[in-house]
Amino acid sequence: MSAVHSQAVAVGRAERPRTSFVRVLWDRVFTGTCYLAAAIVVLPLGLIVWHLLALGLSGLRWEFFTHMPTPVGEAGGGMANAIVGTLIIVGMGAILAVPLGIAAGIYLAEYGGGRFPAIVRYTTDLLAGIPSIVVGVAAYGLVVVRMGRFSAIAGAVALAILMLPTIIRSSEEMIRLVPSSYRHAALALGAPRWKVIQQVVLPAARAGIVTASMLAVARVAGETAPLLFTALGNRFWSTRLDQPMATLPVFIYDYARAPYLEWNRQAWTGALVLVLLVTLISAALRLTIRRARTH
Amino acid sequence: MLRGKHFTFDDAYRGLLMAAAAFVFLIVALIVYETAVGAGPSMRAFGWRFLTSTDWDPVNEHFGALPYIYGTLVTSAIALILAVPIGISAAVYLSELARRGVGSGVSFVMELLAAIPSIVYGVWGFFVLAPWLRNGIEPWLVNNLGAWTPLFSGTPFGIGILNAGIILSIMIVPTIISISREVLLATPRSFREASLALGATRAEAIGVVVDAARPGILGSVILALGRALGETMAVTMVIGNTNRITFSLIDPGASMASVIANEFTEATGKLYLSALIEIALVLFAVTIVVNALARLLVHWATGGRREAAAAA
Repeated sequence: MSAVHSQAVAVGRAERPRTSFVRVLWDRVFTGTCYLAAAIVVLPLGLIVWHLLALGLSGLRWEFFTHMPTPVGEAGGGMANAIVGTLIIVGMGAILAVPLGIAAGIYLAEYGGGRFPAIVRYTTDLLAGIPSIVVGVAAYGLVVVRMGRFSAIAGAVALAILMLPTIIRSSEEMIRLVPSSYRHAALALGAPRWKVIQQVVLPAARAGIVTASMLAVARVAGETAPLLFTALGNRFWSTRLDQPMATLPVFIYDYARAPYLEWNRQAWTGALVLVLLVTLISAALRLTIRRARTH
Repeated sequence: MLRGKHFTFDDAYRGLLMAAAAFVFLIVALIVYETAVGAGPSMRAFGWRFLTSTDWDPVNEHFGALPYIYGTLVTSAIALILAVPIGISAAVYLSELARRGVGSGVSFVMELLAAIPSIVYGVWGFFVLAPWLRNGIEPWLVNNLGAWTPLFSGTPFGIGILNAGIILSIMIVPTIISISREVLLATPRSFREASLALGATRAEAIGVVVDAARPGILGSVILALGRALGETMAVTMVIGNTNRITFSLIDPGASMASVIANEFTEATGKLYLSALIEIALVLFAVTIVVNALARLLVHWATGGRREAAAAA
């Protein structure tokens, strides 16, 4: 408010009906800079998408999804094991995180008045800020050291921890969107609280909760750092959960660093597939969420 | 009796949900416990010297994290210097100047940028940005600015601290924009109307709004800093991974996250592994402090509006 006041004084002193040239110039420069900044911000996305298509699209054939990686020097091959591995580990992570996250979200939305829920909310926000590599180190200590070897389960635990804060926050938000008149009506009919939540509130919020949870899962599917020393990676076909498992992000990392041109090309194709997977899902889900909110 | 039974089931239901919520504490506690226990041998062996020593000698088992702390701080600083002016200006554009259609279009692009996995930024930085820097930008910097400042001296590799800083800036811009925009939109309309009514130009009216939104914008910047400090894969791919402290930005370096990603699976010997886990612990502590501060600022600036917090 003091800023408004001081400007009022300044305008009063100027005693000129017309806006001075310097002020108009500054106005143009300032707004021009803002337009320019918005344009610059969009640029990297354009460049990244362009290079992904230019360098990755040529390798995007059917066999990329169905074949195993070939030895060095042999052309062709795919990342079938890594794609399946990513689906398995991300799926397992979701099985661990989604029920827990939604339950916590329900608690925060329906019983979220007191001090304890406020602390939980703050802790959830902090958990969202922990670097994924630190979560990987923790999962290493929690699972890998205790099991005695790298395993798909360890990777799933790390990813589940990363999914949790987003799921909790968005399901709380979705449940809050349910009009309180629903709850009042059900309570007035004599239904106990748990029945109100289970049979009235949750069905109304279900679409939003499912979409938001899938969004959180899709986001985490691209994570590499927490998998480096939990699921590790595997050159061979493996679906055993207690063994190291190949994943798409780790494969991209290994292939991009390798000194072979053919592998680098595979890395670009892998990156394209990963981006398509993550952004297409996110974009579709975000549009449906937005539509759900406006209705 | 029926009433009583319902009452207890209600309690049990509530207790179950509460347990799920409390599980979040358990997870954070487990992360702290595991990293602290893992870092124990290194903490006992080196004490506080770990943070100030530049040794990194796996053969003789002498470890110090200073080069990595330095690399993390410098890359994050570059990222902030590049991203903050652009991010805030773009947020102002989105909240104050843009037409509705354009504004939501740019916001959508921001959401997509935020959804791109960090490994993809790393691949792009490694194969696209590095050659650009090596052949164009860095030679120019060395020839024109190298004589004045040690910041731009040495051989342009393309891979190095500058590259990592630029990639990080691209990655944190969406954070700054989406939260700053929420904060700007949360300022009362009357601020704009009052200043415009007093004869202020559009830029001056926006100045008043930005002034009012300053704590929240600062919060978004600190939150972006937290993200930059912990970013791993993109940095690991483009920073060069050498444990030296150099004042030249175009030289290769390493960050706390990148050294963990690079050496964790190769770490032979208990002390070596423990030193890496202690770096993770330091990183954890730093990001927790930075994030706690940022969230308090955003919370304060938006009056606890949930959308702003969710945008984070």
